[in-house]
Amino acid sequence: MHATFSYPKYSFIPSEEQRTGSVRRHPVVVIGAGPVGLTAALDFARKGVPVVVLDAEDTVSVGSRAVCYAKRALEVWDRLGVGRRMIDKGVVWKIGKVFNGDRMVYQFDLLPEPDHKIPAFINLQQYYLEDFLVTQARESDLIDLRWLSRVISAKQEADHVVLQVETPDGVHAVEADWVIACDGAKSSVRKMLGLEFQGEVFKDRFLIADVVMKADFPAERWFWFDPPFHRKQSALLHMQPDNVWRLDFQLGWDADPEEEKKPERVIPRVQAMLGADTPFELEWVSVYTFQCRRLERFRHGRILFAGDSAHQVSPFGARGANSGVPDADNLVWKLALVLEGKAPESLLDSYSDERVAAAKENILNSTRSTDFITPKSEMSRVFRDAVLELAVDQPFARSLVNSGRLSTPTTYTDSPLNTPDGDAFAGRMVPGAPATDAPVERNGQPGWLMEALDGRFTVLYAAASDDMGGPVPAEVAEALDDLAAGPLPLAWHAVTDRRRGIAGELVDCAGRLRERYDLTPGSVYLIRPDQHIAARWRRFDAAALSAALDRATGR
Amino acid sequence: MAKLMTEQRFASPDDVYQMLIDSHRDLTPDQSTRLNAKLILLLANHIGDAEVLAEALRVARQGVE
Repeated sequence: MHATFSYPKYSFIPSEEQRTGSVRRHPVVVIGAGPVGLTAALDFARKGVPVVVLDAEDTVSVGSRAVCYAKRALEVWDRLGVGRRMIDKGVVWKIGKVFNGDRMVYQFDLLPEPDHKIPAFINLQQYYLEDFLVTQARESDLIDLRWLSRVISAKQEADHVVLQVETPDGVHAVEADWVIACDGAKSSVRKMLGLEFQGEVFKDRFLIADVVMKADFPAERWFWFDPPFHRKQSALLHMQPDNVWRLDFQLGWDADPEEEKKPERVIPRVQAMLGADTPFELEWVSVYTFQCRRLERFRHGRILFAGDSAHQVSPFGARGANSGVPDADNLVWKLALVLEGKAPESLLDSYSDERVAAAKENILNSTRSTDFITPKSEMSRVFRDAVLELAVDQPFARSLVNSGRLSTPTTYTDSPLNTPDGDAFAGRMVPGAPATDAPVERNGQPGWLMEALDGRFTVLYAAASDDMGGPVPAEVAEALDDLAAGPLPLAWHAVTDRRRGIAGELVDCAGRLRERYDLTPGSVYLIRPDQHIAARWRRFDAAALSAALDRATGR
Repeated sequence: MAKLMTEQRFASPDDVYQMLIDSHRDLTPDQSTRLNAKLILLLANHIGDAEVLAEALRVARQGVE
C-alpha cells in the first residue's frame, strides 16, 4: 500500500500522579482523543478549564476513515482556532451529482448563497484532522494529553468519578468531577456502565478503496446507482487532498469481507471504474457494515457521552463526526458554567435533551438514505428504481432521490433553553437555530459575524440608521455593559449600517446580517456560547434579556 | 384541510378503467409493477398533500392483510 501520510507517534509520559503514587481530582477528564474528544478539550481550554485527555493509543486515526467535514463542524473548529488549517489542507466542495446507470439524474448545491466565511464541506483524511487537533491541543497548558492510557473501569461516587487507567507503567486511579466519554462507537465506558445501545443494524456491506492517482475529476461528490462498471450496486467517488480519492462500492450482504479486502479483488473493481489504463495505487482498503443506534440519554450522572459513543449512523450523509463535534460544542459551555457555579447541574440535562433530538434527526435521515440505497424489500426496490427512472425527465422525482442527505446542523426547536418568540420575525434564525454567518467589518477590518460569536453569550443590538435618531440609546448601552460586566461570560455588539465609531460595532457592510436575521432598528438577538439563537426581540427590554439568560443557563 | 375524495368523480368511469387496463397491455408482471410504481409517484406528486396520501394508503391497505 502507498502511504501519503506518515503517522506521528505520541510518547507515553507518566503523569505526576502515577509517578508519585498519589490520586488527583481533576475537574474534567475526556476519554478518547478522536475528533470529538479533542474538540471538547480545546473548547475547555478556551474557557480556562484544565482538562485531562486519556487515549488508549499513541497515534491518530489509522486510515482516512471519516472524510467529509461539514460547515457547522468547521465553524466550531474555526472558533477554536484550528479551522483554517483544515480548510487550507482540505478539498473544498459543495456540489453533488447523482447518476443512474451512465446518466446524471440529479445535482445539488449544499451552499447556494454567497457571503459565508466557512465552506459547505471539505474533504480531509481523518488522520490529518486529528493531527491538526493534537498539534493545537499541545499548545495549551490546560490540556494534559495522556497517550497509551486505557480506561479499564469507571466508578461513580456521589460527587466524582474514579477511573482506573492502564498504562505501560501499570494501573493507577484518576479522579474527575466530570467525565466525558468520547471513546467511539465501541465505547468501553458505555459497556462498563451496562448501557443499552439500541437501533438498527443494516444487512449490507460496502468496500472503501482509497486510491492515489492523478485524475481530473472535479471536486464534487459523485454517486452512482447501478453504474455500468458495478452493476446493480451503488458506487461513490470523492476527492481528498494529496491526490487521494475515496471510492466506495456497495457489495451486498453476502460478500465475504476478508476476501473483498484483498488487492486481487479490489484492483479489478477500481479498474472497472477508472478505466484499465488509469494508473493508481491503493492507500487504504476497508469493508464495513453499519448501524443506526443511540443511547437513550447522553448524561449518566457525572459521565457524559459525546460522539459515536452516544450515537452511531450510517456513513451516508456524513453525519458521524459532523454530529459528534456539535455534541462537544453543546456540552462544554454548559459544563464550564456548572464547574464555575454559575449554572445548576440540571443544565447538563439540556445537553442530553438537545443532542438526543439531534441524534434522532440524524438517525432518521441516515436510515432513510440507507433504505433508498439498500432497499429492504422487493417493493422498496421497485419504488426506488421508479424514482430513479422518473428523475431523468421529471423534476419532482429528483427531490426523492436519496444518496445521503448531507449533514446540516440541528435546530433545537423544543429546547427548554429557548425563549419563545413574542415578536414576529421572518427567516430561519428562530430560537434554537444555529446562527448563520454574514460578512461584517470589525475594528475597521473585514471579518465575519461568526468571529464575533467567540464562545461567550453574545447580544446583538441592531442600531438605528441616520433617520431613526441615535444609533444606540445610552440606557441600552449601559444595561448591556452591566450584563457584560456580570458573572456570565457575555459580549455585546451594536450592528450598524455604516461605521459609527461605537466600541465593538459590527458594520453590516453587505446588508446580509439585516437580511438573514430580519433586523430592524432596535432588534435584539441573544446568542448562546455555542452560536445557537437563545432569544430575540424587536425592542430592547433589560428584564426580558435577563430572564432569557436565566432560562438559557437553566436557572 | 384537504380530504381524500371517495365519491365518484369520473365523467366516464368505464373509459378510465379501460385506460388503466390498456396501459398494461403486453407487459410482463415485472414491467407492470414498474409502471404502477411510476404511476403512483406521479399521482402522489400531483396530489401533493401528504395527509390525503396517508388517508388513501390507509384505505388501500384495508382488507389486504
